Amino acid sequence: MEMYILLGFVLLLSIFLGLELIAKVPSTLHTPLMSGANAISGIALVGALMLSGDGQTQNLLAFGAILFASINVFGGYLVTNRMLSMFKKK
Amino acid sequence: MESITNISAIQNLVYIGSSVLFILGIKMLGKEATAVKGNYLSALAMFSAVAITCLSLEIDYKVIVAGVLLGGLIGSAIAIKVKMTAIPEMVALFNGFGGLATFLIAWSQFNAPDNSLFQHALIMLTVYIGGITFSGSLVAYGKLSERIKLGKGSWITNVLISFFYLSLPALVYVIFEPSISTVIPSVPSYFLFFLGLTLIAGLGFVTPIGGGDMPVVISLLNSLSGIAAAFAGLLLLNNVLIVAGSLVGASGLILTVIMAKAMNRTIGNILFVGYASATQSSGEVEQGEVKPISAEDAYLILENASSVLIVPGYGMAVAQAQHVVREMGELLEENGTEVKYGIHPVAGRMPGHMNVLLAEANVPYPKLLDMDEANDILPNTDVVVVVGANDVVNPAAEDSPGSPIYGMPVLQVWKAKNVIVLKRSMSPGYAGIQNPLFFNDKTKMLFGDAKHTLSELTKEVKTL
Repeated sequence: MEMYILLGFVLLLSIFLGLELIAKVPSTLHTPLMSGANAISGIALVGALMLSGDGQTQNLLAFGAILFASINVFGGYLVTNRMLSMFKKK
Repeated sequence: MESITNISAIQNLVYIGSSVLFILGIKMLGKEATAVKGNYLSALAMFSAVAITCLSLEIDYKVIVAGVLLGGLIGSAIAIKVKMTAIPEMVALFNGFGGLATFLIAWSQFNAPDNSLFQHALIMLTVYIGGITFSGSLVAYGKLSERIKLGKGSWITNVLISFFYLSLPALVYVIFEPSISTVIPSVPSYFLFFLGLTLIAGLGFVTPIGGGDMPVVISLLNSLSGIAAAFAGLLLLNNVLIVAGSLVGASGLILTVIMAKAMNRTIGNILFVGYASATQSSGEVEQGEVKPISAEDAYLILENASSVLIVPGYGMAVAQAQHVVREMGELLEENGTEVKYGIHPVAGRMPGHMNVLLAEANVPYPKLLDMDEANDILPNTDVVVVVGANDVVNPAAEDSPGSPIYGMPVLQVWKAKNVIVLKRSMSPGYAGIQNPLFFNDKTKMLFGDAKHTLSELTKEVKTL
């Protein structure tokens, strides 16, 4: 239980940090930022990799989680990069 | 707790390192000069977290390699092929897949033995948030790409909404289920029912919300997918999931609030009330005459203008007209006209959507004015060219208290000397509200597909 309290503390602090980081972003960057944040939420991939693969159902669930999280990660970063490179070329 | 995982000290240290990189990455993404680097940093953080996790595993590599390769291939293919105008729905789709991944993680953890009461509650919350994010994002994708046209009022929507409200007590029930089931013998398959219910509830959450409000919904769903990942991190006792997930949750929430403010509405109003029906608007009686003109007439007006403000909207995205818009702007400048662009914060289907499109077409950044700057110069502007924008230039937002969008800050284009509106037809905007601007004495309507009309216009300019 202590572990959860500690991690809950990390969770709350990260939320406050996130609110501070984003509060002053120019509107031009809202779309790339949203897309970039979306790519970061693909961090679920790390969780998916940690799933145990005992039995067929568990294997299938792990595979599905890895597959969809990977789509999110790769797609998210690439699209964000494409968008940002358009801003940069001037 | 042992049943879940053992994370070694080295692994945890790498996780802390990637958490720091994620934080720096997001910070740099928020500034124009460093945004590209920020995205790379965040990708590096992701890579190191994934790599150290793989190195510390004893599980079947076939599953991992197959999943990552296939997912990477699909994701990359979509990301490279997608047109810039379709970005909003792509983000919605990717976001949905992230939600689905956490949904499956929680499902898998449910099957693990010896979950404590607290873990059980966490699993149910993660399933719920992940599931809503997934199916909700799919609806948002469908609405943005105009594949789903269901809205408020249809009986299917009403059924879906009732499932959403049913899912809330169901969530409370399943959270406390282990303690309840010691008193009442539980239905063994209740969990499967709950999985299905959350997915339908996500449909019910997003389906009634109007297409014009989708940017706000995507931003909120993005936030939810972050929160789901953070909960999954709590479940797996994994700190990098918690940090990265919370950052996304918080940033998504901030963007949602910024957008809701730009529309002068509260998040609750957007999610659960929607715009009042268009029939309430009082504008219908006082409608004047619409003055359609040809591309040639439009050219004559533009030729004599010394200052022009272009106001793009979603119509420009649909018609893929951003390149022709830029071309027309350049030709006018060669003619000695001062050309600027007025960008409303919620024009398009995503915040900053218009900025991305105009950047794609190589419009120099200093030419883009935000709403306040544009409103300052509008009274001294000769001609405003509205390219597929509607609600963001609607005077009803300022002068007709009965209008559903009354109070929303808009671009005051009617203060300019002339207004040319490029529009496909006289149909009302996405919000379903009639626009008195089109009947204004100063306004000339140039009907047709924006790209086609503009090409004709530039041809006119070139012949001289």
